[in-house]
Amino acid sequence: MSKAESTETTISEDGVIQSVSGPVVSARDLDARMNDVVYVGDEGLMGEVIEIEGDITTIQVYEETSGVAPGEPVENTGEPLSVDLGPGMLDAIYDGVQRPLDVLEGKMGSPYLDRGVDAPGIDLEKEWEFEPTVEVGDEVGRGDVVGVVEETVTIDHKVMVPPDALDDGETTEVTAIESGSFDVTETVAELANGTDVSMHQEWPVREARPSENKKTPRTPLVSGQRILDGLFPIAKGGTAAIPGPFGSGKTVTQHQLAKYADADIIVYVGCGERGNEMTEVIEDFPELEDPANGNPLMARTSLIANTSNMPVAARESCIYTGITIAEYYRDMGYDVALMADSTSRWAEAMREISSRLEEMPGEEGYPAYLAARLAQFYERAGYFENVNGTEGSVSAIGAVSPPGGDFSEPVTQNTLRIVKTFWALDADLAERRHFPSINWNESYSLYKDQLDPWFEDEVADDWATKRQWAVDVLDEETELQEIVQLVGKDALPDDQQLTLEVARYLREAYLQQNAFHPVDTFCPPEKTYLMLTTIETFNDEAFKALEAGVPVEEIVDTEAAPRINRIGVQEDYEEYVEELKADITEELRSLY
Amino acid sequence: MKEYQTITEISGPLVYAEVDEAIGYDEIVEIETAQGETLRGQVLESSEGVVAIQVFEGTSGIDQNASVRFLGETMKMPVTEDLLGRVLDGSGRPIDDGPEIVPEERQDIVGAAINPYSREYPEEFIETGVSAIDGMNTLVRGQKLPIFSSSGQPHSELAMQIARQASVPEEEEGDDEEGSEFAVIFGAMGITQEEANEFMQDFERTGALERSVVFMNLADDPAVERTVTPRMVLTTAEYLAFEKDYHVLVILTDMTNYCEALREIGAAREEVPGRRGYPGYMYTDLAQLYERAGRIQGREGSVTQIPILTMPGDDDTHPIPDLTGYITEGQIYVDPDLNSQGLQPPINVLPSLSRLMDDGIGEGLTREDHADVKDQMFAAYAEGEDLRDLVNIVGREALSELDNKYLDFADAFESEFVDQGFDQNRDIEETLEIGWDLLSMLPKDALNRIDEEFIEEYYREDDSEREVVEAAD
Repeated sequence: MSKAESTETTISEDGVIQSVSGPVVSARDLDARMNDVVYVGDEGLMGEVIEIEGDITTIQVYEETSGVAPGEPVENTGEPLSVDLGPGMLDAIYDGVQRPLDVLEGKMGSPYLDRGVDAPGIDLEKEWEFEPTVEVGDEVGRGDVVGVVEETVTIDHKVMVPPDALDDGETTEVTAIESGSFDVTETVAELANGTDVSMHQEWPVREARPSENKKTPRTPLVSGQRILDGLFPIAKGGTAAIPGPFGSGKTVTQHQLAKYADADIIVYVGCGERGNEMTEVIEDFPELEDPANGNPLMARTSLIANTSNMPVAARESCIYTGITIAEYYRDMGYDVALMADSTSRWAEAMREISSRLEEMPGEEGYPAYLAARLAQFYERAGYFENVNGTEGSVSAIGAVSPPGGDFSEPVTQNTLRIVKTFWALDADLAERRHFPSINWNESYSLYKDQLDPWFEDEVADDWATKRQWAVDVLDEETELQEIVQLVGKDALPDDQQLTLEVARYLREAYLQQNAFHPVDTFCPPEKTYLMLTTIETFNDEAFKALEAGVPVEEIVDTEAAPRINRIGVQEDYEEYVEELKADITEELRSLY
Repeated sequence: MKEYQTITEISGPLVYAEVDEAIGYDEIVEIETAQGETLRGQVLESSEGVVAIQVFEGTSGIDQNASVRFLGETMKMPVTEDLLGRVLDGSGRPIDDGPEIVPEERQDIVGAAINPYSREYPEEFIETGVSAIDGMNTLVRGQKLPIFSSSGQPHSELAMQIARQASVPEEEEGDDEEGSEFAVIFGAMGITQEEANEFMQDFERTGALERSVVFMNLADDPAVERTVTPRMVLTTAEYLAFEKDYHVLVILTDMTNYCEALREIGAAREEVPGRRGYPGYMYTDLAQLYERAGRIQGREGSVTQIPILTMPGDDDTHPIPDLTGYITEGQIYVDPDLNSQGLQPPINVLPSLSRLMDDGIGEGLTREDHADVKDQMFAAYAEGEDLRDLVNIVGREALSELDNKYLDFADAFESEFVDQGFDQNRDIEETLEIGWDLLSMLPKDALNRIDEEFIEEYYREDDSEREVVEAAD
């Protein structure tokens, strides 16, 4: 059920509330199907049918239920929870059931979220300049683009034939189409089979939009974060999990991705997280520049904010709302990245509803269908060939908040079974303010091999070898550190001390990145690569010097090498790196 | 209003009664016992014909002949500016023999969620006068920053120090024309009479009571009442902040007792328990409290929260600190080891964190070098802490000169920076100067997180420049 139509829908099958317990309400005599949207009580609170048993229907309510009493009516809309799709979704901020929060503020006349107020997900009155891309007489199939409107300065919104208007492979003739100003409900094209195409579509959130097939992703989602691009890349159309205890930087990592990832569209789902964090996004994004084209970041972003104190049932649905919007832009041929912060809150919402239904609990009280739901969600990501022949992708990046930072808990474990990139956040690193505090020993990316060709073509042909070198040094450091813990650094042989020094530069200069520094916050892959080669230059020259008999203390004490730590903040890094490499070489060679 | 004498079951804090009309969820109930005592409660579950009621004062004295009255409304807090200076019980009734409170408004205590679109991002520094907080984990207006402590630690002293000293620097300069004032709302849940007395004496001694509202639910008060106390507190805070333009600092102690009360009710209702027997909805429940901190666009005031919780067994993976940490914007750790070393306040800055710090410090807010100094001190202190373990094994002589400097730094950091005493109030300038004194113990090229420009300006080339420490001693 989409809110855009709620005013016209004739409500047929009414029931009566039988009992109320928090967000779970049961009703009698309601003729409903599973997942139908219903309006509950005198105030008309929005809810969804989640269980039917004989005469009794159980409903999860998306709003606070204080004061709702048995005997009040329940009205069925007869349609599942759907989102309104059309121009106007970018530069918008929604709650978990796609109610635009800015419109709600105006409607309620208060900074607090009142109950029983509803608004369509897209502005139904706003007029858009429609430009046809097909002519009368052209044959079109399902999902085919019939025209475009400029949705924001960055994104052209493609108006498509709804995927359910025709069968797969079937085509029909365009009988009327015209350019001009239209609102989203007006017909912009007429098809011979009787379909009127408007800019507005609806789609049930719990159902994936159709596609032709899924392909192996081979392009990286470049994030501008050194440790991610350099060591653990994610593909466009890939899936990633960011688990970590509180304070380890999940949200900052998600924000960095939302700001700098080279996707066309970003869908950011704040699921059960902090209100102030969402406000930060709302305030920052319009002012930040899209690194690809200098336009405001909001012009490519759709925000869904269901903060932790907003109703729990809407938290359960916000993930679906987000991925459905993402799929819609994918159908237009865009690369979409969806960030969900945090999927644990989503799982907990499921647990809360499940326990109120008195379902038999699975592991740690989570419902037995937790794994299935997580898998369904991540499976909606991927690199797709769309029904209209274009290619588009949805990358899904989910933060996970394991209780006590313990990765063996069900949400983390079930997520890891599905996703192919794992960025493990580490409380110890965060405590030393090593940010991003992604643990390089525990993290992995299974996309590495299929993405290497891209990096080798676009950045440098020894990209993969250099990465392997860095990984080897870091591995060796981890082993050496265990010895250092016991006997101290000075007891190690000279070459191992030098390895520790090289590893230190890798950690402090390469793996650390300051998200709050205007330059360092975004690091293009070329810079990531050059930084690594500078450290390697130091490594090579230092070992040569050591072989030539220079004591390790003198090598460590040189003056040029510490400048490696400042590459990150250099805007004209190419020049800086070149000079630095020369200085390091010269200084070290002067020692022998 | 109908009266019923239809109680069918009494179990723990819950009473079940049969009804023949529709009773709203969360509605307020009065129960009159045979002895003429009136108890208050709230509807927890409402079905046709039967309701479950949670009784705030406990169910003792109730029998099946007690009469039950449904008031037809959800719980409200009477609010007025006159509440300042008053002491109330955990349900918001005055206990200080003062005049009757004439409310200006009665507000629903559940409180609706603030629309994230209407919030204003908090970025104004609150000076607490505590170096370990101001310098390393800065508090800003509209933030929620809990104190993670454990039994026997001086968290109350720290909370009192913050309540006493907290100020907004721009106020002192007098350019805050609207004249927003500071107010402290203190919500005690299940603390002992003795602790409560300490707070009250401190409030009275420093004259802070005038700008405070105190809610007292003591250890021997009904546990169930604790579930409404913080809501009363926050409703009052929101009223003073967003309608009367106060900058409100809310101190809630002890959240652990609140969560125990939640568990008690959950158990009485035979709910499926979550981790360690706490209800599965505890995250949502706590979020509904903590998320009431913040600022709202177009309103002058702010609500800043400092909830205190004692971690059972000093374990921060326990559900209470764990869920709290996921909701709040950072945390301040009170450390038993530092406490036994006599540090006042015994704040361990390493695991502590203020998430909103980065936007609340720097040029025009605190000082331009603040962020760099903080980063460097964190790194150096962490390094020193690590080396302490090693020293226990190999001794100081086996370490390099630089490592020895890190060790000295860590010691000095604790004794000069953190250990300032509960009575000393340091402004941010002073805190940062002490920071530079300490950082100057390290060689310049070890300061890799500080901009060269600041090193140039602030680094002490020799010891004679380290005046501040002497002056402070």
